[in-house]
Amino acid sequence: MIEGQPFFRPDWVVNNADVIARRVGEHLLVTVIAVVAGFVISFAIALVVRRYPRLYGPVLAVTGIMYAIPSIALFVLLIPITGLSLLTAEIALVSYTLVILVRNIVTGLRQVPPEVIEAANGMGYTSLQRLRRVELPIALPVIVAGVRIATVTTIGLVTIATLIGMGGLGYLIVNVGIQRRFATATITGVTAVVLLSVVVDLILFEAQRRLTPWARSRET
Amino acid sequence: MSAPADARTDAGATSGAGAVVTLEHVTKRYGPPGTPNAVHDLSLTIRAGEICVLVGPSGCGKTTTMKMVNRLVEPTSGRITVEGRDVMAVPAVELRRRIGYVIQQVGLFPHLTVAENVAVVPQLLKWPRDRIEARVGELLELVGLDASTYAGRYPAAISGGERQRVGVARALAADPPLMLMDEPFGAVDPIRRERLQNEFLRLQDRVRKTVIFVTHDVDEAIKMADRIAILQRGGVLAQYDTPDAILARPASEFVERFVGADRGLKRLSLSRVRDLALMEAITVRAGEPRAEVRSRLQRSAAPRYALLVDDANRPLGWVDAHALAGDGSVPPDAATPGAPTLQPETTLRDALSALLASGVQLGVVVDEHEKVLGLVSVDAIGDVLREASPR
Repeated sequence: MIEGQPFFRPDWVVNNADVIARRVGEHLLVTVIAVVAGFVISFAIALVVRRYPRLYGPVLAVTGIMYAIPSIALFVLLIPITGLSLLTAEIALVSYTLVILVRNIVTGLRQVPPEVIEAANGMGYTSLQRLRRVELPIALPVIVAGVRIATVTTIGLVTIATLIGMGGLGYLIVNVGIQRRFATATITGVTAVVLLSVVVDLILFEAQRRLTPWARSRET
Repeated sequence: MSAPADARTDAGATSGAGAVVTLEHVTKRYGPPGTPNAVHDLSLTIRAGEICVLVGPSGCGKTTTMKMVNRLVEPTSGRITVEGRDVMAVPAVELRRRIGYVIQQVGLFPHLTVAENVAVVPQLLKWPRDRIEARVGELLELVGLDASTYAGRYPAAISGGERQRVGVARALAADPPLMLMDEPFGAVDPIRRERLQNEFLRLQDRVRKTVIFVTHDVDEAIKMADRIAILQRGGVLAQYDTPDAILARPASEFVERFVGADRGLKRLSLSRVRDLALMEAITVRAGEPRAEVRSRLQRSAAPRYALLVDDANRPLGWVDAHALAGDGSVPPDAATPGAPTLQPETTLRDALSALLASGVQLGVVVDEHEKVLGLVSVDAIGDVLREASPR
């Protein structure tokens, strides 16, 4: 903290609103890319597991190990290969989403009641029709729950991606705040990360509620 | 599958074209060669419009047999035809869309409303929207659910019995000539089961589908079946016949044991009061001279009692010899009340238990306006029982 300067300067926040907004935008973009890419990969893995259930154990083990690697270590490991790039950041971020998303998509699909599957088969659904019109809709609440956790986790991790020059709110927290001993930037950055997490989570929750009206009537 | 998928009759739900189903030397083995068969060399012909009940102890292959008809299970050897076509020659998905399927746990889709559940197969068959809508309304009425109340509800918001009815409506949606029902009423309580059974039988009177119905409950089999196939362990057919014939002449000791020692009594559930020749009732109205009633009773062959009736010929009670002694006329309070009344639709089993419970030998049979049709005696029911016990 620089001597003689107030701990928190609201005027800085007001004067730099455009910069903060840009950092939020960067942060969100890196997050969305990671979650979308992670979802696509996880979905493909889950479909393979649906077809070959025996692969589930190994898949969980591999994604679990990836999740256990500290993010900073992973960045360091990747830099020699992919450099200080968005790709490096995304590889790390995506690999962290896998363990959550694969598990939730597989669990969601597996908790479709067997009698529902049998009824669908008996009525003449093709395998793909059954997946699209029966299994995925029923799995949706669990899948969305996974997406929410993955998204919030990723929003937190993107902060660290700043270390390899990815901007975002981490830039405010670390580069502006900590390195220049300017607490206002750090506090603003952290607050923005938390708010962003909460808002995105609420949006996803509301989306799930609207997509699954049947799950609500079950509660009554 | 000779009928086009979109064959629509003006009668809608009541189109009565059942399919003939044949099984020819069908064997199913789940394990490698050498392991026991689940179904062994089974040959059956199921007639159009009949309810064929597959019944037997667990492990007898009844469900496997049923599932081979819509190819949820594929036979190891043998041939199954529906409407003359080998089921293995039809793409499984197409075959199944032309066969109604009802299972014990119903398996309604929780994310679809009642109406959307019923619309599933018509949608798979790509019916136009307005036709699906009309059909859904028609079917909900058919199974006794008010469309305006139920169409928009989710399965979680309706009762178990209602779900089962929606399951039946869903299976009937595309008007399939054949229905497969796997213990459809097994998961509901006995009172509701009885009601669902009766409802289904009334429904079947209208739609005349060919039905393959799996149960482990002999009483349900006897009640529902036009013909029963009794299977024993290893999927061997023990007997295939009408309920009456099976109860009267069990083909083997296994069948005899399986249908139970009370099969004579069970057989009484197959006949109804209307199947018996009713005895004429000697009726008497208040105010008639006693002497005249006495002479009428003496002329009649069987009953020793006269039946007091009101002006509309509705029974009031029995008048015994004591009350008819002496002169004068029969007073309006001469009758001993409590005579059980039976309807022509009453099963003989229920009739017998009503007579035994009330301690009289004669039951009064009345029509829907409570007018006396005639009398049924315990002896007459006993004759049916004796016919049922050949040994």
